[in-house]
Amino acid sequence: MVGEYKKGGLVLLYAAVLFVCLSILIPYLWLVISSVSHRVELTSIPLKWIPDSLNLENYRQIVTGSSGINASLKYGLLNSLIIAGVATLFCLFAGSLAAYAFSRLRFRGKNVVFSFILVTQVMPMIVLIIPIYIIMSKIGLLNTIPALIIADCAFILPLVIWLMRSFFESIPRSLEEMACIDGCSRFGTIFRIVMPLSTPGLAASGIFAFIIAWNEFFSALILSSTIKSKTISVIISEYSSKVGVDYVAMAAAGVVASIPPVLLALLFQKYIVQGLTAGSVKG
Amino acid sequence: MNKRAFRTEDVFMPNKLVSSDFFERESVLAAILLTPALLIVLGVLIFPMVTSLGLSFTDLKLTKPGSGIFIGLKNYITALKAPLFWASMLRTTIFGVSTVLTETCLGVAIAMLLNQKFVGRGFVRGLVILPWALPYVVNGIMWKWIFDANYGAFNAALTQLGLIDTYKIWLGNPKAAMVIVICANIWKETPVAVILILAALQSIPAELYEAAAIDGARGMKRFSRITLPLLKPIIVTLIIIKTVWALKEFDLIYIITKGGPANGTNMFSYYIYQNTFQFLNFGYGSALAYLLTILTIGLSMLYMKSLKGGLDVEG
Repeated sequence: MVGEYKKGGLVLLYAAVLFVCLSILIPYLWLVISSVSHRVELTSIPLKWIPDSLNLENYRQIVTGSSGINASLKYGLLNSLIIAGVATLFCLFAGSLAAYAFSRLRFRGKNVVFSFILVTQVMPMIVLIIPIYIIMSKIGLLNTIPALIIADCAFILPLVIWLMRSFFESIPRSLEEMACIDGCSRFGTIFRIVMPLSTPGLAASGIFAFIIAWNEFFSALILSSTIKSKTISVIISEYSSKVGVDYVAMAAAGVVASIPPVLLALLFQKYIVQGLTAGSVKG
Repeated sequence: MNKRAFRTEDVFMPNKLVSSDFFERESVLAAILLTPALLIVLGVLIFPMVTSLGLSFTDLKLTKPGSGIFIGLKNYITALKAPLFWASMLRTTIFGVSTVLTETCLGVAIAMLLNQKFVGRGFVRGLVILPWALPYVVNGIMWKWIFDANYGAFNAALTQLGLIDTYKIWLGNPKAAMVIVICANIWKETPVAVILILAALQSIPAELYEAAAIDGARGMKRFSRITLPLLKPIIVTLIIIKTVWALKEFDLIYIITKGGPANGTNMFSYYIYQNTFQFLNFGYGSALAYLLTILTIGLSMLYMKSLKGGLDVEG
C-alpha cells in the first residue's frame, strides 16, 4: 500500500510500530533477563530490573545435568528432539505421498477421503486422548517415545498433507507430461521432477511440523509420566508446580525450551508464513 | 477386455477421457501412496474416536472396579444438567468471545500497520512470529511469572510507577485470573491473525487503490469500502478457526491457574481433563469430550460454508 505521510503521520507510524515491537519483545525479554539474574535480585522489592552480573548457573546445570531441578531437563530436550524429529520425517514422507495422490491421481472417493482427513484437524485432542491412553496402556506403549511420536503424527499429518497438496497443485502438470515424452515412468517423474521442485514445500512443511511437534504439550502430558519419554514441555510444567520458588531456574528452563522453535521460526519465517497461509488466501 | 499398451498421454494427462484400465491403475497407485497416511489417521484418529463414543455410553470409572457397563445416554444427561458444566461453558464463551474479537481486531490493525512502508519493516514482520513459536508451556510460565504475587514484574512495574501501593495477588482473584489468561492467549495467538491478514492485504491489487484515489477516496473511506470487504473472507475464516481453538484451550490454564482460583478459569477443555484424568471418570469424561466435538464440528461446518461463500466473493 503506497501512502504519503505528513511529518506527524510518520511519527505516529513509527510510534505504533515501536509499540508493537515492544509488546512482543518485552514479556519474552523479561523471561530471558530473569533467567540470568540472581535470585536475590529477583526477589527484592523494589525489583531490580537489570542484574549487576550474569548468573549462568542454571544454564550450566542444564547443560551438565548436574543438580536436582535441572538434572532432568537434558532428557526432556533429548526426548523432544527425537520425538519432534522422527514425527516430522514420517509426516513429510507419508504426507507428501498422500498429497501427491490427492493432487495428481484420480480415484474413487478422493474428495471424501480428503475431507475426512481435514475433519480430523478439528477434533479436539481430548476426545482422542482418552481412548489413545487406554489403548497405549493396553499395548504397553505408555511412557514410551514411540507413543508420543505416533500421537504427534496423528495431528500433524493432515496439516502436512494440506500443505504439500497446495505445493503440488502449483507445479504445472505439463512438466511431468514433457518428461514423459522422453520416456519416464510415473515414479521417475515423481523423484526426478516433482520432488526437487517441491523442496520449498517440504522445507515449509518440515519446519512447521517440527515446531508444532516440539511445542505440543497436552498429549505428552497424558501419555508420558516417566523420564524415559517426558518431553521438555512436560518437564517445564512440573517446574511451575513442584519448584514454586526458584524463579531463575524456571526462567532458564523456559528460555532453553523455547530456543529451537523460536530460532527456527525467526530464521525461516518465510516458510512458516507459507505454512500458515497455504490454501487460505487465494493467489 | 481390450489389451493395449499404455500410451503416455493416457497416463499423464488425466483430464482426457480415461479408459477403465487406466482408472484402476490410478486407484491402485493411490491406495499405495495413501497407505502410510491412512494407517495413522485410521489407527490414531478414527479408531479412538469410535472407541470414545462407545466409552461415553458407559459408566467407566477407573476408581471403581467392575465399572464400564452400558448406561446409554445417562452421561450426556448428567452433563447437560450439571451446573458446573454450564458454568464452564459460560467461562469458555467469555474467553472465546473476548480473545477472538480482540485478536481479530488487533490482527487487522497490526497487519495494516505492517503493510505500510517503513524502515525495518522486514525485521518487524519477522519479529511478529515470536509469540507463535513459543512453546505453550513457556508462554504459560512467562505470564505466570510476570503476574506473580510476591515478585512479579507486573506488580513491580505498577508499584514503581506509583499506580498501586502494595503488591497484589492477581492470580488469586477469579476475575483477574481470567483476564490474565485472556491476555496471555491474545499475546500468543494474535501473530497468526496478523500473518494471515497481511498475506490477504498483499494480494489486494494496487490498481484498486489507485482507482479509488482517482475518485477521491482517502483514508477511512478507502478502508471501509475497499479493504474491509476484500478482507471479509479471511476475517470470517479467522474468527471461526480461532473460536474452535479457543474451545480447545487447555495448556495455558493448566500452567497458569489449574482451573482456579475457585474454578474461575475452569474452561471446558480443562473441565473435561479434570473429570477424566483427575477424577478418573472416563465414561463421563468421554461424554463431555463428545459434546465438545459436536460443538466443534458444528462450528467447522459453518467454516466450510463461509469458505465456499468467500471463494464466491473473491471470484
